Amino acid sequence: MSVELIATLAKYLAWVIALLGLLAPVMVWVERRGMALIQDRRGPNRVGPFGLIQPLADVLKFIFKEEIVPTAADRTMYLLGPILALVPALTTFVVIPMAPDLVLKSGLRIPMVVVDGEAGVLLFLSLSSLGVYSLVCSGYGSNNKYSQLGAIRATAQLISYELALGMAILAVLLPVGSFKLNDVVAYQQQHGWNVLLQLPGFLVFLVASFAETNRLPFDLPEAESELVSGYNTEYGSMKWALFYSAEYVNMASLGALMSTLYFGGWSLPGVTLPNNWLGVAAGAGILAVKVLFWMAFFVWVRFTFPRFRYDQLMRLGWKVLLPIALVTLLGVAVLVVAKIY
Amino acid sequence: MTVPIAWYMVLAAVLFSIGTVGALTRRNGITIFLSIELMLNAVNLLILSYARLLNDQAGQVIVFFVLAVAAAEAAIGLALFIAVYRLRRTIDVNRLNLLRW
Amino acid sequence: MEVAIFSIFALLSVGFAIVVVVHPQPVKSTMSMVVVLFSLAVLFVLLGAPFVAAVQVLVYAGAILVLFLFVLMLLNIGRERAAGVGQPAQRWVALIGAAFFAGFLGMLLWRTHGPDTLDALTPDYLSIHRLSWELFTTWLLPFELVGLLLLVAVVAAYAMARAPQPGEMTPPQAGALPAAPAEVAEVGGEAP
Repeated sequence: MSVELIATLAKYLAWVIALLGLLAPVMVWVERRGMALIQDRRGPNRVGPFGLIQPLADVLKFIFKEEIVPTAADRTMYLLGPILALVPALTTFVVIPMAPDLVLKSGLRIPMVVVDGEAGVLLFLSLSSLGVYSLVCSGYGSNNKYSQLGAIRATAQLISYELALGMAILAVLLPVGSFKLNDVVAYQQQHGWNVLLQLPGFLVFLVASFAETNRLPFDLPEAESELVSGYNTEYGSMKWALFYSAEYVNMASLGALMSTLYFGGWSLPGVTLPNNWLGVAAGAGILAVKVLFWMAFFVWVRFTFPRFRYDQLMRLGWKVLLPIALVTLLGVAVLVVAKIY
Repeated sequence: MTVPIAWYMVLAAVLFSIGTVGALTRRNGITIFLSIELMLNAVNLLILSYARLLNDQAGQVIVFFVLAVAAAEAAIGLALFIAVYRLRRTIDVNRLNLLRW
Repeated sequence: MEVAIFSIFALLSVGFAIVVVVHPQPVKSTMSMVVVLFSLAVLFVLLGAPFVAAVQVLVYAGAILVLFLFVLMLLNIGRERAAGVGQPAQRWVALIGAAFFAGFLGMLLWRTHGPDTLDALTPDYLSIHRLSWELFTTWLLPFELVGLLLLVAVVAAYAMARAPQPGEMTPPQAGALPAAPAEVAEVGGEAP
């Protein structure tokens, strides 16, 4: 086993443990206490101090609950839904750099990205577009009007906002000249954070990332007051927990991508991190702080805004965000060609 | 050991013929369409194998175009199926036979 | 290592391609097609085309097949009816013909390119920078034409699939369906 292979596995394992093992349970607690704070009530405070053991209690409940498959459901598709939700969620973050390159004592340079391929961000986009299938499978397989409607709506929403997301990403990549996110971070170390220079693109990305993760104000597909629970109506216990974790991991991945594209990723302006283990720890820590900020932001927005109606949602995606993203892309292209940017 | 390029080409041939069987045998219009897409993908694989063999990136560009044309064709084909279903309430190709003798 | 990856994903693609062609439910066929496309994308990466692989998953598996599923769900297409009289013979002919064709083409390709050796994968071949440069200089005209084609496809699909607007010319409404051809009997007949 070569050093690179072991390093890749270690990096991937680090991401999975950080996102699925640490972040998801913490987010459960943050969401419920944050929700309570904003709604002027207490939130879970029975299980442990400040309700901190609540996520553990939830996990235990999920493990011991009875697994039900509805009789009329299409068994294959029904069981495939949660799995297809988690698989793209667990693969999209492989292109995000955690830290500056690690230079070992033997002189070997290990980039702190799990997959350092040529098609960096494109891989992220393509894997997250596979997340649509979980909605389709679960909605169709549940054999239920509300699930079906929720699935169709969610699918249309996701593929519409993917376009705006992609264009905003392209606008960032134009001055950098590469799909690799390490190059984007290096560019931002030289030229300052991208958010200052690409504000409209950033706003488009922000709004589209809410739509991509099915979070309020765009959570019509799983709206509790509208469609029972949309595409995950028929799911209970561990299958629902898989959906839930997949949503948080997706949020974290998009937050990490947002931090990397617009806020410098693992770097801070003016600070050059050393290429050793200290630098790796510092870089990962900086990225973690940014991701946590975005997760808290997602929670904050969820309980602040009312929900978009479906036609308003589609109108926003196609008639507002897409033109803004297109114009931004054009503007940036003109500026790059004119050598101003 | 590196994979000989002939393996990719034989795989493309096999996929193409599986797609042909599907296009010839099925009665559901959309499944026929899916088999045609399978054939297109087999051809993409073949073009990319040749590009790799001849070390010429033009193959990748051509595959890019084939992908775009397949997308356009899928959109129009499915719109056609919706329109046909609205009129005939079926997409079974055996029953869409108004132009037959 | 490369042989292992190739074998796994080649077998996956062939297996699920057979499922696509054989399974009576179109929705399951489409889901199997997703697996085929994903396996092919992996093979594309092995062939040194990461950009095409990513675009394949993004566009083909992530959008076109979703469109297929949309249409299937909208039109509520269920199981395909069992074959009628005359269908099994047609199926055998197709199978044998395709087997011959696969054998012939495979043998041809194997004979021609079996002994070929591949050069190592250069970073030049993998470079997306060079690919996009060629796309926008040598292949600029086809690029623009394909863009135009996509625009035409969008407009045409919209025009065909929407409900007829008031005052628009519509084809004569379907009355009773013409009787199914005499030589094909429906098994478990359905109302038209």
